[in-house]
Amino acid sequence: MATKILMPALSPTMEEGTLAKWLVKEGDTVQSGDIIAEIETDKATMEFEAVDEGVIGKILVAEGSEGVAVNTAIAILAEDGEDVSAVDASADPAEASAPAAEASDTASAAPATAAVPKAPTPDLSPDWPEGTPMKTQTVREALRDAMAEEMRADPDVYLMGEEVAEYQGAYKVSQGLLDEFGSKRVIDTPITEHGFAGIAVGASFGGLKPIVEFMTFNFAMQAIDQIINSAAKTLYMSGGQMGAPMVFRGPNGAAARVGAQHSQDYAAWYAQIPGLKVAMPYSASDAKGLLKSAIRDPNPVIFLENEIMYGRSFEVPALDDFTIPFGKARIWREGTDVTIVSFGIGMQYALEAAEKLAEDGISAEVIDLRTLRPIDYDTVIASVMKTNRCVTVEEGFPVGSIGNHLSATIMERAFDYLDAPVINCAGKDVPMPYAANLEKLALVTTDEVIAAVKQVTYR
Amino acid sequence: MAAKRAAKKPNVSGEELTQYYKDMLLIRRFEEKAGQLYGMGLIGGFCHLYIGQEAVVVGLEAATEEGDKRITSYRDHGHMLACGMDANGVMAELTGREGGYSKGKGGSMHMFSKEKHFYGGHGIVGAQVPLGAGLAFADKYKDNGRVTFTYFGDGAANQGQVYETFNMAALWDLPVIFVIENNQYAMGTAQARSTSSQDIYKRGEAFGIPGEMVDGMDVLAVKDAGERAVKHCRAGKGPYILEVKTYRYRGHSMSDPAKYRTREEVQKMREERDPIENVRQMLLTGKHASEEDLKAIDKEIKAIVNASADFAKESPLPDEAELWTDIYA
Repeated sequence: MATKILMPALSPTMEEGTLAKWLVKEGDTVQSGDIIAEIETDKATMEFEAVDEGVIGKILVAEGSEGVAVNTAIAILAEDGEDVSAVDASADPAEASAPAAEASDTASAAPATAAVPKAPTPDLSPDWPEGTPMKTQTVREALRDAMAEEMRADPDVYLMGEEVAEYQGAYKVSQGLLDEFGSKRVIDTPITEHGFAGIAVGASFGGLKPIVEFMTFNFAMQAIDQIINSAAKTLYMSGGQMGAPMVFRGPNGAAARVGAQHSQDYAAWYAQIPGLKVAMPYSASDAKGLLKSAIRDPNPVIFLENEIMYGRSFEVPALDDFTIPFGKARIWREGTDVTIVSFGIGMQYALEAAEKLAEDGISAEVIDLRTLRPIDYDTVIASVMKTNRCVTVEEGFPVGSIGNHLSATIMERAFDYLDAPVINCAGKDVPMPYAANLEKLALVTTDEVIAAVKQVTYR
Repeated sequence: MAAKRAAKKPNVSGEELTQYYKDMLLIRRFEEKAGQLYGMGLIGGFCHLYIGQEAVVVGLEAATEEGDKRITSYRDHGHMLACGMDANGVMAELTGREGGYSKGKGGSMHMFSKEKHFYGGHGIVGAQVPLGAGLAFADKYKDNGRVTFTYFGDGAANQGQVYETFNMAALWDLPVIFVIENNQYAMGTAQARSTSSQDIYKRGEAFGIPGEMVDGMDVLAVKDAGERAVKHCRAGKGPYILEVKTYRYRGHSMSDPAKYRTREEVQKMREERDPIENVRQMLLTGKHASEEDLKAIDKEIKAIVNASADFAKESPLPDEAELWTDIYA
């Protein structure tokens, strides 16, 4: 049976092209793979090969023809001895192109951003039962306990990173873990972030639950391709067949006097990526409860710690097994005049500011987001609907910050409740300087938070 | 170590040879059909064909056992067919349809099969190398005796993460076989213009990883080398490198102007070194098959490929709700 040779699409964007030259003539026999024509696309002149074997029965489009649409029949290929004079030369539209996606007004899965904003339904349940005995712990100890408890519970959980084993952790977070779990499960890696992050993602595809410690998240920049392209996207790209149940953790943000390359807050970067979950705890109890949740989570989790916070002590529930769910903010302080939203070390400034503002008779509600993906929008929106004012606080760069995103969300969902524009307090738009005075200026401060609150409350 | 071994011809039955012939032919015909569907606009984006390289995956798959893993780059259709994934599911993924391996959400470069232990289909050059070592890490952790074939090209062999991975794979004795499919062109850049030392298999020496060069146009030589590598890995001796010299007849992707090599070079390779023709001649001269038998095989393969194209055209577009699924487990 005669078959039509159609004008091919030779690039992802080609819609038409020039049939520059025929390399065969009518009556020639062609084998699959023979070059039969040269075609100029929008990018280059390309050789066009025969797919099927047969005899060129008829050339329908002469060489030199410009603007030949993709899928136009350009020749007819006959079987040996076949008469092709009667073959219809038009392209078969049913064959020719992919069906267009049907326009649908039932795009129900798309998030509703316009129309009536959804009323917030914040989860106000307590993190642990009333009357639970508490103990004082540093953030560092809480993180270690979280890993140790989860490693005891699940033999597929292991820890790898630079200096996590024999050195006992560059910041002593993994202290004692090598002794308890041995070198099979607490693994010192060479200084090779891209490589070991990739190996850990591969191990997670293979059924393990790795915890990858980055000595700091600044060094995770070396591994960012494996975190984003391999860990975050594989579940989607595989149609749900396989994903990366793992945790990338380590200190993030400015430490003290270590300069630009060691002082960056990556919260907003990772929070932008669908497929990742992102936690950034402030207190020791949240550090513990969230890290335990992160290790159990079947998705890749970015767990952002802070060097300055490691040594701070907090009350932690003395429970055998307690977790904090992702996507549930914590209200640290209730108030009526303004909502201050923060996370991680930013909470320090938010809480200090609230304390001082109270002395001036301003009642601030302080919310700790705890996780940035998912974000607990409802708790924020419900609070702003009550206080009608909002200030966000974070240490990261100001452009494209978490505060920017919250401002937009508040505008969409609670515009009519706002009595003042939302103000974002953030780190300054400069690389971190080394000099002590300049470093101080580059970071967000309690005074800036107080000034912002006074501005939105018109005091 | 790192000695270039002469490809000794192992004893091979007519049955085995016939199977390799079928497996290679399926890949070739499948790829030709994919090229055709691309030309018709049914396949979009990037589409990297495997034509010419068929003996590499077919030879190495012949050296595997059930449960062994494989992972590769974006030139992945051949690997999927060779490990037994269904042609319909692969073709329907190429056309972005519901019946594809990734429900149409991955495309040509991103396909996976847990069932067949195929871990992708990766679009970033070299990224699959540490991932493959990670799969081997998991196997060693579980002490299950499995090995992982980690395929990458001569182009990827210049990525830094490859050497980070060699170091750790050797340090931790991971059961991973690094298969460098050297088709001599990194996209349009000839190996001599991109690679300081031509013998890539020797690059493992610095890490203590044995390596050898293999004739990738000879399926039996590939299988033979694959068996040596597997034996080494399963014995707990750590990673192994196979640099398989092969040749890609088609462009890097469908939109390749082919200005970086001559038509004669490609033609010469096709005529003198074609891996399928090679086995065809062995089948005929060894009297393992007649012309008639081979014609029947051709017909059988063509039917599978045509059926896959029909399936890929008829399978519906993914439901719009699929946009929002599989983001989180």
